[in-house]
Amino acid sequence: MWNDRSFRANLGWTLRDTLAMVWRNLTVIRRVPQLLVFSFIQPLIFVLMFRYVFGGAIKVPGTRYVDYLMPGVFVQTVSFGALNTAIGLAEDKNRGLLERLQSLPMSRAAVLGGRVLADTTRNVFIVLLMLAVGFAVGFRAHTSPLEVAAGVGLMVLFGLALCWIFAIIGLFVPNGEAAQAAAFPLLAPLVFASSAFVDPRSMPGVLRWWAERQPVSVTAKGVRALTIGGPEYPTSYVWASIAWSLAIIAVMAPIAIRKYRRR
Amino acid sequence: MTGDSPATAIVAEELRRTFGDVVAVDNISLAVPRGTVLGLLGVNGAGKTTMVRMLATVLKPDSGRAMVHGFDVIKQPQDVRRSIGLAGQNAAVDENLTGRENLELVGRLSHLGKSKSRERATALLDQFGLVDAGNRTVRTYSGGMRRRLDLGAALVAQPPVLFLDEPTSGLDPASRLDLWGVIESLVSDGTTVLLTTQYLEEADRLADNIVVIDKGLIAAEGTAKQLKGQIGDTVIEFEFANPSVAASAATTLGSTVAAGTVVRLVMSNGPATLRDAMNQLAAADIAPSHVALREPTLDDVFLTLTGSGATK
Ligand SMILES: Nc1ncnc2c1ncn2[C@@H]1O[C@H](COP(=O)(O)OP(=O)(O)O)[C@@H](O)[C@H]1O
Ligand SMILES: [Mg+2]
Repeated sequence: MWNDRSFRANLGWTLRDTLAMVWRNLTVIRRVPQLLVFSFIQPLIFVLMFRYVFGGAIKVPGTRYVDYLMPGVFVQTVSFGALNTAIGLAEDKNRGLLERLQSLPMSRAAVLGGRVLADTTRNVFIVLLMLAVGFAVGFRAHTSPLEVAAGVGLMVLFGLALCWIFAIIGLFVPNGEAAQAAAFPLLAPLVFASSAFVDPRSMPGVLRWWAERQPVSVTAKGVRALTIGGPEYPTSYVWASIAWSLAIIAVMAPIAIRKYRRR
Repeated sequence: MTGDSPATAIVAEELRRTFGDVVAVDNISLAVPRGTVLGLLGVNGAGKTTMVRMLATVLKPDSGRAMVHGFDVIKQPQDVRRSIGLAGQNAAVDENLTGRENLELVGRLSHLGKSKSRERATALLDQFGLVDAGNRTVRTYSGGMRRRLDLGAALVAQPPVLFLDEPTSGLDPASRLDLWGVIESLVSDGTTVLLTTQYLEEADRLADNIVVIDKGLIAAEGTAKQLKGQIGDTVIEFEFANPSVAASAATTLGSTVAAGTVVRLVMSNGPATLRDAMNQLAAADIAPSHVALREPTLDDVFLTLTGSGATK
């Protein structure tokens, strides 16, 4: 049934439809800059608080605290960026927009693909801003610029993986507020019970076990491996983070797309 | 890509769809000849939107079959989608895009290509009186403007079959009249339309044929004239001093008390119905405190055709 030509034509339309949706989502993000500013303020507050208020009292292995902190803040930033996926999809459903899109002869993967890619673009933008903030508060990379760039890639890939999880939430809840309410309890233990801000070795039993293994921590350590390096932050965490991200995408993207296609 | 235009643009056979325990559409069959308008009339919760969503390939029927523009909604959904426009119950336009951007996006996603999408957007903004507002974000639009834009979005790909789900609900009377005019001009260009409404007046004005649905089943069907013939042109409302007088008046007139002290009578025999009723009441020595003539409403359709009152 799927001879080569129709398969290629389908792939072409999938790409074009996805790009059209990316354009639409980015236009909306651009038109409502308050949302973007808000996404930027939260990690900014964390930087100021942990760098200047608590930072003096926090001990981390093998490096200055600010160099430990910033990779954690980056991963926090991309993680919370994924909230946008859930809220955006739920609001499109609430407004009846998804119904219109489902009645068009467009690719069945483009609505979700376009959402996730637009939110990933948004993540890149915010991460670059946070990187500038980091340099302003004294963060320094101990590695080459290429490795730092790879670090950005690592956290953005992780953010993209989270977007697929949150796409599923967005498709299940009725509106944006419900999306936020459903997503936050999932996000908070991932981001805060992690090695993003403090060394888990200071945490009690079960919490420590969780905080050392879960994907936010693994990704933060991967980013540290690429910005600090040394024996405390080995590159094995980079591969572990990539494995987490790819596994999440492999499982969650098909579930989300199937949920979207289900009539 | 699109087949020959079939003579019957929409055919539904025994469609059924449930949500958990709720039977939204129980068993509905209908046929809409090409170039005509079918009005799907029913109160809130009757199953109108579910019916439209199944025909527009947004929902899959649990059972039954439907063909739209010659394509099977279950087996050939993408072909159906290339043949239809859908304007859902709430204006499905993006608040943060401009009117033009909304239309062009639908054009691109309908695979019209960039220049054709632009051309269609320009034509539709013009057709719907949105030229001046075209480059403003929809956030600044009035309810009527949003509805017009939404209808425009359904027309971008010039589909031969159009689904309009309560196109005028929530509009003020002037915007409603305005939109009726737009729909009429579309139909005169040969588009097949299935529209849903809660208003008999709207179905009367726009539809060639009307299907009245109630609790997911067809309660009546026919032309507006046939339906009105079944319920009489006008309803007489007698009001009495107190409920016991109303009760005896109802017995005298062979009707029932509709609400409190009101007795309704369908004017099935023209003005003679009123004369006869007044004579009967005079003979029984009962005088109404108030008499009014009312055009039939959807309530009357339900009262007469299904024996159950319309719940608002
Ligand atoms: N997605 C849904 N999930 C659960 N129940 C639904 C859903 N859509 C419709 N229903 C129910 O099905 C019935 C018919 O709804 P609907 O088709 O929207 O009626 P109408 O458009 O005539 O007001 C209602 O009882 C409604 O609550
Ligand atoms: Mg409805």
